[in-house]
Amino acid sequence: MTKMVSIQPAPSTAQPDVSGHFGRYGGRFVPEALIAALDELTAAYTNARSDPEFTARLNGLLADYTGRPSPITETPRLSQHAGGARIVLKREDLNHTGSHKINNVLGQALLTQRMGKPRVIAETGAGQHGVATATACALLGLQCVVYMGEVDTERQALNVARMRLLGAEVVPVKTGSRTLKDAINEALRDWVTNVDHTHYLLGTVAGPHPFPVMVRDFHRVIGLEARDQMLARYGRLPDAVAACVGGGSNAIGIFHPFIGDSSVRLVGFEAAGDGVDTGRHAATLSAGEPGMLHGALSYLLQDSDGQTIETHSISAGLDYPGVGPEHSWLKDTGRAEYRPITDAQAMEAFQLLSRTEGIIPAIESAHAVAGALQLGAELGEGALVLVNLSGRGDKDVDTAVKWFNLLEDQQ
Amino acid sequence: MTSRLAPLFDACAADHRAALVGYLPAGFPTVDGSLALLRAMLDGGCDLVEVGVPYSDPVLDGPTIQAAADTALRGGTRMRDVLSVVESIAGSGGRAVVMTYWNPVHRYGVDALARDLAAAGGVGVITPDLIPDEAHDWLDAAQAHNLDRIFLVAPSSTDQRIAATAAATRGFLYASSVMGVTGARDVVSHAAGTLVSRVRELAPGLPVGVGLGVRNGAQAAEVAAFADAVIVGSAFVTAAADGEPGVHALAADLATGVRRTAPQPA
Repeated sequence: MTKMVSIQPAPSTAQPDVSGHFGRYGGRFVPEALIAALDELTAAYTNARSDPEFTARLNGLLADYTGRPSPITETPRLSQHAGGARIVLKREDLNHTGSHKINNVLGQALLTQRMGKPRVIAETGAGQHGVATATACALLGLQCVVYMGEVDTERQALNVARMRLLGAEVVPVKTGSRTLKDAINEALRDWVTNVDHTHYLLGTVAGPHPFPVMVRDFHRVIGLEARDQMLARYGRLPDAVAACVGGGSNAIGIFHPFIGDSSVRLVGFEAAGDGVDTGRHAATLSAGEPGMLHGALSYLLQDSDGQTIETHSISAGLDYPGVGPEHSWLKDTGRAEYRPITDAQAMEAFQLLSRTEGIIPAIESAHAVAGALQLGAELGEGALVLVNLSGRGDKDVDTAVKWFNLLEDQQ
Repeated sequence: MTSRLAPLFDACAADHRAALVGYLPAGFPTVDGSLALLRAMLDGGCDLVEVGVPYSDPVLDGPTIQAAADTALRGGTRMRDVLSVVESIAGSGGRAVVMTYWNPVHRYGVDALARDLAAAGGVGVITPDLIPDEAHDWLDAAQAHNLDRIFLVAPSSTDQRIAATAAATRGFLYASSVMGVTGARDVVSHAAGTLVSRVRELAPGLPVGVGLGVRNGAQAAEVAAFADAVIVGSAFVTAAADGEPGVHALAADLATGVRRTAPQPA
């Protein structure tokens, strides 16, 4: 039987405050022109989440359209590389559209309808959020424009084609580093111009209030299901929960329901690119300092003048200099820890999971798998490590071909 | 304390005209080049210049100012260069405020920036992505260092927010004439007049500047008919392609515009 999951956050959660602050982080650092829309969105969300009809509609879509609950899968052959620990995957890769992104997108698309706005804009890095948004817009009959950095349109060409197939307009962004950060800039510029009839369907737990709390709440279903599934199958909670962190939506989704479980370590894995000490990375929480980007105060990769630094990761979805404010708060309070995983470590885990379990992960998620192998080695025999396998790797086959020279023996 | 810009607005009121405010990012096309252009803007008839802090992620700017900021950043422009430009302008008797996205100030240190800007002779800061709700540090620092704090309102702002923003403002309130990013436009939006009327009702006596879209003397005259200051940005950046003569000529055209008593038919 499908468990009906409430989108209400746990009552024990005191964060954020009414204006969206997680400790010192979060808030709204945006032009005044957007405040009315953010207030409208906050009101619509607050109203919707206590409306049983809205919850029923969302849960219906999550079950019948997305295919929730997603299963958990134990990985005995992968776990042989994890120091005797047992690694369990939460299979968000099996969701419709291939990643966790659809959870939030369906929630916000329903809110868009509720607010009477006919047009949706979104940013995308790897294209997973863009594909999910294009999908929900097709389902609900909304106009959809997706901003995507030009670099990402090249390395994730398959997802560009998917979005166009779904009827969305994909706009390649040619400013700045031409990646996710610049796609968000362009989406914000569109939003400030068209805000009266457009909803900005932000794809991560960053941005101005209410996005960090709203997107988190739509993704809590991941952790709520996984917690129940672990208890049902193993009779106990995991020793650690691992997730990759770019903006941080899949990580907060699986972490949040475990925050009150003090025995459970929460570990986020960031993209270290060529290595944190090379300067070519996207490890915001490991190497950044607090600053404002895209509407919130959070850890940020910036120079000594407060200019955003260009990032590098093989994973388009993690190639972002900011991070959601709740992660900054969890880091500072010590409730969660964040570690870097290099491109090479992630690609090794990408191949290992493919060959030992027959599961090709998204390169983003491969960072979490690599991290889980480390955690397993540290925690030792019998430890249970839950990994959010946030997406599947079909979109990354091109990158893998190049990385592993997979076609080299074909003349 | 009274506003640092009060003498300017008093003088303009006595002249029955609006003030002319011109924007250019520091470091565009070079630090020295931007200083020369800003001086030419003042010589041509600007009453006040906004010295822009170039920023990597200017979400409220259109392509013209984005490109100028890119040029300035690639040239290595830093906050200390912005302050040196302000100091040179103030040293020769010009009025300058700084226009900046908030992260460069946060990074520099809010109080340190206020202290150094005041020492350089700057009179205030325009903060396009800082709302008063998040501005406690800045309000304290501006008070401590006697700087004007110029916040923005938009056509989408509620009456309650206009009143609260006006209450936090000193100098003038910056009214965005359209919903959208910076850039010259052919037609000045009707929303501007409506917004200014609302501000007049909610914050009587506070000067209101109107920006976003003005590019010539005729448009300046239209805006001057209902606003206390006409703010021109992208058009100056575009005119900078023709060097000091270009921005001087634009400033002179706009200065004539703000002195017309009634709007001219287009």
